[in-house]
Amino acid sequence: MLYDNLIAPFADFEFMRRALVGTFALAFSAPPIGVFLMLRRMSLIGDAMAHAILPGAAIGFLFAGLSLPAMAGGGLVAGFLIAIGAGLISRWTQLKEDASLAALFVISLALGVTIVSLKGNNIDLMHFLFGSVLAIDDSALVLILAVTSVSLVVLALIWRPLVLESVDPGFLRTVSRAGAAAHVVFLALVVLNLVGAFQVLGTLLAVGVMMLPAITSRFWARDVTGMIAAAVTSALVASYVGLILSFRAELPSGPAIVLVAGFIYLLSLAFGPVGGLIWLGLPRRHLEA
Amino acid sequence: MRQLRFHNLTLGYDRHPAVHHLDGIVKDGALVAVVGPNGAGKSTLFKGIAGTLKPLAGSIVRDGIEGRGVAYLAQAPDIDRSFPIGVYDMVAMGLWRSRGVLGGITGKDHCAIEAAIAAVGLTGFERRPIGTLSGGQMQRMLFARLVAQDARLILLDEPFAAIDARTAAELLALVQRWHGEGRTVLAALHDVDLVRATFPETLLLAREPVAWGPTREVLTPENLNKARRMCEAFDEAAEACAVAAE
Repeated sequence: MLYDNLIAPFADFEFMRRALVGTFALAFSAPPIGVFLMLRRMSLIGDAMAHAILPGAAIGFLFAGLSLPAMAGGGLVAGFLIAIGAGLISRWTQLKEDASLAALFVISLALGVTIVSLKGNNIDLMHFLFGSVLAIDDSALVLILAVTSVSLVVLALIWRPLVLESVDPGFLRTVSRAGAAAHVVFLALVVLNLVGAFQVLGTLLAVGVMMLPAITSRFWARDVTGMIAAAVTSALVASYVGLILSFRAELPSGPAIVLVAGFIYLLSLAFGPVGGLIWLGLPRRHLEA
Repeated sequence: MRQLRFHNLTLGYDRHPAVHHLDGIVKDGALVAVVGPNGAGKSTLFKGIAGTLKPLAGSIVRDGIEGRGVAYLAQAPDIDRSFPIGVYDMVAMGLWRSRGVLGGITGKDHCAIEAAIAAVGLTGFERRPIGTLSGGQMQRMLFARLVAQDARLILLDEPFAAIDARTAAELLALVQRWHGEGRTVLAALHDVDLVRATFPETLLLAREPVAWGPTREVLTPENLNKARRMCEAFDEAAEACAVAAE
């Protein structure tokens, strides 16, 4: 019974095994990026960037069909262009970065949907918007694993300037010029992970596996390392449970994973040991000192 | 000879000078108070020395003090206090100059960090998140980071504003210790009595330098009056300055 429900789907079906490996790999790299986005008050930037990669991926699709390298390459280019464009606009005009990004990402989304519709049908469009975990082939798996490996190594390299840039940028400027570089590299990691997640969850849900576990982690840990551990754990659980659910109940896999992540978030919001809502309702005696 | 020199230095924002035509030398090991009314250009001068603000004209020469050998405590550091980081890690950031982006914290570094935390009386606070610190504890932590930075030149922008007398006294003792170790310290201060009691040298600034020298000769009633009459507002219709840049 337990075996049938929890293990058999993966033992019996190769596409389920691929889906599990792909989502697990993503669960190791996207949530740590999300934790830093959240701590830098850039939670919505991830969402905007996820939409920004759509026209690039769509142009890749226009020329090469549902070919992974073309779509991933196009998505990367579009993501970087939008990120740099938003940065430049905010530097040269009075618009703040979030405002210029908001403007660019809705344009991107509309443009992307239009381009996909030029060549594809509604099924293609659904694939773009919501992904398909269950259609991960070898090349998609390699791409996702590469994204994860690169992200974790680069994140380790920029860890110190990234933390200091987030907590005390003025001090960092007096001791080093690494702050601006760390910010740019970090944005590149955001784009990279969204392109990886895009294969699995589509442009509308890619950010789910990045931000939901990250935001959840705030209710579980008080320091960055602990938060990242909590975020990765909740993403792993969400991926596994989501895949099982989608297999058993014949739900679309991407939304199932994101919904489970959302459920974990709501649970943590209510009962999380660090500042969950339950502690508001449970008056505890204050300490002696 | 290590020293800090200003050559006809003008610093400012959007072409308006906030420090105007400053000339002079800060000798190695000097303990200098920078005094002046709000808007006199004290913070601007420190930003210039720390290298985060480019001069509009003139120059700052740091002989024998490499760029990163300067430790700078800003007046209102833009620290995100909600960020989940502890006191120990914040103080450890003071080692950036020797450890950089990737260098590991050695056993010796650990001792240096602990010593810096002990020097400001925060032993036992190592694991406390910075968001839980009081204003005075925060300032102690930032002083500990300065200790860890182990810099030749230390810039303190109003370090004792809004902290209680005991904390101020302890941190002032630390400043005097730095002076005893031969470090150069510049501190922007408002408390004239404190300056008279502890700072041998004073620069009285009111956008233009009013006086610079031994504290006794600088902080005279006439000079202080002169500084007080300084006009704070930028003149939007100001002409280009006629004094040649060099």
